[in-house]
Amino acid sequence: MTDAAIDIRAGSFKPGTSDAEIEAAAAKAAQHRRRTVIFWRYAILIVFLAAWEIAGRKAWIDPFFYATPSAIAQRLYEWMTEGTSEGPLWYHLYVTMEESVLGFVTGSVAGIIIGVALGRNRMAADIFSIYIKVINSIPRVVLAPIFIMILGLGLASKVALAFVMVFFVVFHNAFQGVREADRAMIANARILGASDWQLTRSVIVPSAMSWIFASLHVSFGFAIIGAIVGEFVGSRYGIGLLINIAKGSFDAAGMYAAIVIIMVVALGAEYLMTMVENRLAKWRPQPLHETQ
Amino acid sequence: MAQEKSAPAIELINVSRRFLSPTGKSLTAIRDFTMTVERGEFVAVVGPTGCGKSTTLNLVTGLASPSAGEVRVMGAPVKGIDSRIGFVFQSDALFPWRTVIENVMAGPLFRGKAKAEATAAARDWLARVGLARFEHHYPHQLSGGMRKRVALAQTFINGPEILLMDEPFSALDVQTRVLMHEELLRLWSEARASVVFVTHDLEEAIALADKVYVLTAGPATVKSVYTIDLPRPRVVADIRYEQSFIDYSRTIWADLKEEVETSYARAAA
Repeated sequence: MTDAAIDIRAGSFKPGTSDAEIEAAAAKAAQHRRRTVIFWRYAILIVFLAAWEIAGRKAWIDPFFYATPSAIAQRLYEWMTEGTSEGPLWYHLYVTMEESVLGFVTGSVAGIIIGVALGRNRMAADIFSIYIKVINSIPRVVLAPIFIMILGLGLASKVALAFVMVFFVVFHNAFQGVREADRAMIANARILGASDWQLTRSVIVPSAMSWIFASLHVSFGFAIIGAIVGEFVGSRYGIGLLINIAKGSFDAAGMYAAIVIIMVVALGAEYLMTMVENRLAKWRPQPLHETQ
Repeated sequence: MAQEKSAPAIELINVSRRFLSPTGKSLTAIRDFTMTVERGEFVAVVGPTGCGKSTTLNLVTGLASPSAGEVRVMGAPVKGIDSRIGFVFQSDALFPWRTVIENVMAGPLFRGKAKAEATAAARDWLARVGLARFEHHYPHQLSGGMRKRVALAQTFINGPEILLMDEPFSALDVQTRVLMHEELLRLWSEARASVVFVTHDLEEAIALADKVYVLTAGPATVKSVYTIDLPRPRVVADIRYEQSFIDYSRTIWADLKEEVETSYARAAA
């Protein structure tokens, strides 16, 4: 996966060393480097979890507030096998995911469409930019009670919150991406015969795509925040509700267990997104050092 | 109609172009500019850096309109972008997310040709510029010279009657540039298009063109016009050592040098 460029330092090879030998040495060095990275990643995780566990057991930190990794693991196991006090874990996870995905998809589609439209129309952009700035200055989470009041305890209020979390990020990047499109490239397309619509579709949008993707990466995380905050404020199902109930019963392990579930989901979504992006962006030059 | 047939390919008649700088100041890019390009003629435009050479090309494409004077293409005033015009840019104007063949196909597809027809034409043009093996590469995988060839194929596939070139080879190294000159002259002699070639390189201008226009330091106007009477077909790599080439070079440079010095002194002041 990683093609780290290895420089051949002066003096590290005797004159007359064959290319095959140099390549073999480089492959070995690359493998060694990869192993070192993986080793340290695991080592740090294990040391962290072990320190937490020991500190909890020896009562250096109060396990009532901080729980311990073993207690969290046990709570996760219980939730998975026996379900939570509010019903099966999978259903709660399903509800949160449904809210996040719906909010993410609608928010990013609307963000891209409106961002591109305003990016292409100077006049409209000048008129609406002030309103977008004003609305953007509202901290999104304060909208949660309002949405719940208007849309009720069910799906709609959480989707709406996830939507506003996602929309502005994607809108902003789509707009910026359109504005940054290369002028020579646009002139070239127009002289080659592109109509306004062809220009937007086959030059402007593709060239804004790397900006848009940068925003999609962060905004799925935002969609999850929207869904969970919404559930936290008022809901019948969802991971946010589990956290709320765990908080009410001073169940620290339950709270951390819910956080672990969200982390896993967010990382999975990030991984998927990177895969899609790599597939769409195969035209881009490979970076010399690819970190993962 | 009969009058249109005999009209020159491009006429700029007493054209001026003024524009507003970002700070709201009115600037003049070109002033009282008059130029005529006959059909099938290869005209080179040389002048000091930043004098407004590129502005003349934008006026012909219709991307910019004159503040005064008249611009005519094939005898008719310019109204918007003309489909008979092709343009090769100084910078890399290829679409980086499209493969080589998709880039070359862009023009015909924009103009409503069927996909199969566009593909066949693109294959043909890629073969003509020697890039048949690179159809499915992306621009970033090609060298600068190869990217320029793609740009030429992308432009020539539309069958332009007028070809505008804005310092197209200035980013290439000297050896590649000579190869591109040969390539361009070959394509031009087959297509018989009228060419306006803007450059700051005088030798390039003399080697390629029938006529060389020397512009003054900005605001640009025509200082003098030289007819280059070197036989065609020309071998660009060798022509620069011929006595007549050297004579042209010396005469025109004496003329151009004054303007370059004016421009330089102004920039330094």
